[in-house]
Amino acid sequence: MSDWLPRIRRALWLVIWAAMALAGGVLLFRQYDAAPPPAASDIPFGGHFTLIDRHGQPFTDAKLKGRPFAIFFGYTRCPDVCPTSLNRMAQLRTQLGADGNKFDIVFVSVDPDHDSPQTVGAYVDLFGTPIIGLTGSTAQIAEITKAYHLYVAKVPQADGDFTIDHTAAIFLMGRNGEFVAMIDHQEDQNMALAKLRQLVGA
Amino acid sequence: MTKNFSRLTLATLLTIPAIVQAAPTRHVTIEQPWARETAEGQAAGGGFMTIVNTARQSDQLLSASAPVAREVQIHTMSMDGGVMRMRHLPEGVTVPAKGRLDLKPGGLHIMFIGLKEPLRRGTHVPVTLNFKNAGTMTVDFSVQPITAALPMGHGQ
Ligand SMILES: [Cu+2]
Repeated sequence: MSDWLPRIRRALWLVIWAAMALAGGVLLFRQYDAAPPPAASDIPFGGHFTLIDRHGQPFTDAKLKGRPFAIFFGYTRCPDVCPTSLNRMAQLRTQLGADGNKFDIVFVSVDPDHDSPQTVGAYVDLFGTPIIGLTGSTAQIAEITKAYHLYVAKVPQADGDFTIDHTAAIFLMGRNGEFVAMIDHQEDQNMALAKLRQLVGA
Repeated sequence: MTKNFSRLTLATLLTIPAIVQAAPTRHVTIEQPWARETAEGQAAGGGFMTIVNTARQSDQLLSASAPVAREVQIHTMSMDGGVMRMRHLPEGVTVPAKGRLDLKPGGLHIMFIGLKEPLRRGTHVPVTLNFKNAGTMTVDFSVQPITAALPMGHGQ
C-alpha cells in the first residue's frame, strides 16, 4: 500500500516528462519553420524561488533575469548523472563559441544536509567554466522542487544515511525565467546544442 | 589437470603451509581502478574499476574500505523515467565465473562515504577490497578530474 504514492508520482512524472520532450521537439520544429514561437509561459516549469549562494547569501530568481539560463538539480554525492550533466553544459558552452557566454549555468543541490553552500561553490568550480552553485533550506528546496515539478525523494538506507532520487533533466529557461526546453539525460548532443542555440538566439 | 593441480596443491601445502595461507592464489584481479575528484567539503565520492575473475566459480565483492573515507560502500545507480536513483548494495556484488564485472559511470560503483579529505586529481588512494573467495587485496585508485568520463590514458 505504501508503495502506491511513489508509483503514482513516478507515473505522473513520466507523463509530464514525455509531454515536455514532445513539446521541446515541437518548439524546435517551429523554430526551423520560422513560425512564431509558442507561448512558452503556458508550460508550467519554473517560477519564483529563493535559494542560498556559495557565500551563504540569499539568491532569488530575480538575479537571473535578463539572461537565459540552464538549470540542473542534483547533489554532490551523485556518482555520475550530475558530473555528466554539468560536463555536458560546459562542453555545449564551448561548442557555442562566442555565444557560449550568453547564458548562465545553474546547479542546485537538493541535499542541504550534506552540501553546504561553500561545498556547492567548490564543487561547481571543478568543471572549469562559470557555474552558479546554489542550495537552500529544506523549505526553499521544496519551493523550487514544486516550481520545476521535480521528482526529488530521499531514500533511507539501513545505516541511517540516505540517497536522493532526483530528476536528471536540464531545464533551459528564457531571459524572463520562462520555460523554453528540456535536455534529457540521454539526449543526443546535437539535439541539445540545437536547443541551446535556440535559447541564446544564435 | 585437476589431479595434477591437487597433487601440486597438496605438495605445496605439506611443504610451505604458512606461505600458502598468507598468499592465496589470485583468481581475481582489478583493472583500471579510478575515482572522481571531489571538492573541498564534499561528503562522498565515487570509484570505478573492472573486476576480472579467472576462477571456475563466481566470486563476490563483499565489502571495501579506504583510509581516506569513514566507510566505503558498494552502490548501483540507474535511470528510470528521467529520474536518477542510487542504491546501496549491502550484500556486495557477484563477479561471474571466468568473467568480468564493470563498475563504471552509469551503473555500479564504490562510494567513499565520509571523506576525511578531498580526492584530488592526479593522486592515488589505496582501497582494500574484500572478496568472498579471493580474500582481501589493496588497490590504488587513480583520482581523475571530474570532467573525465573515462580514466585518462585509456587508449590515448
Ligand atoms: Cu553511490
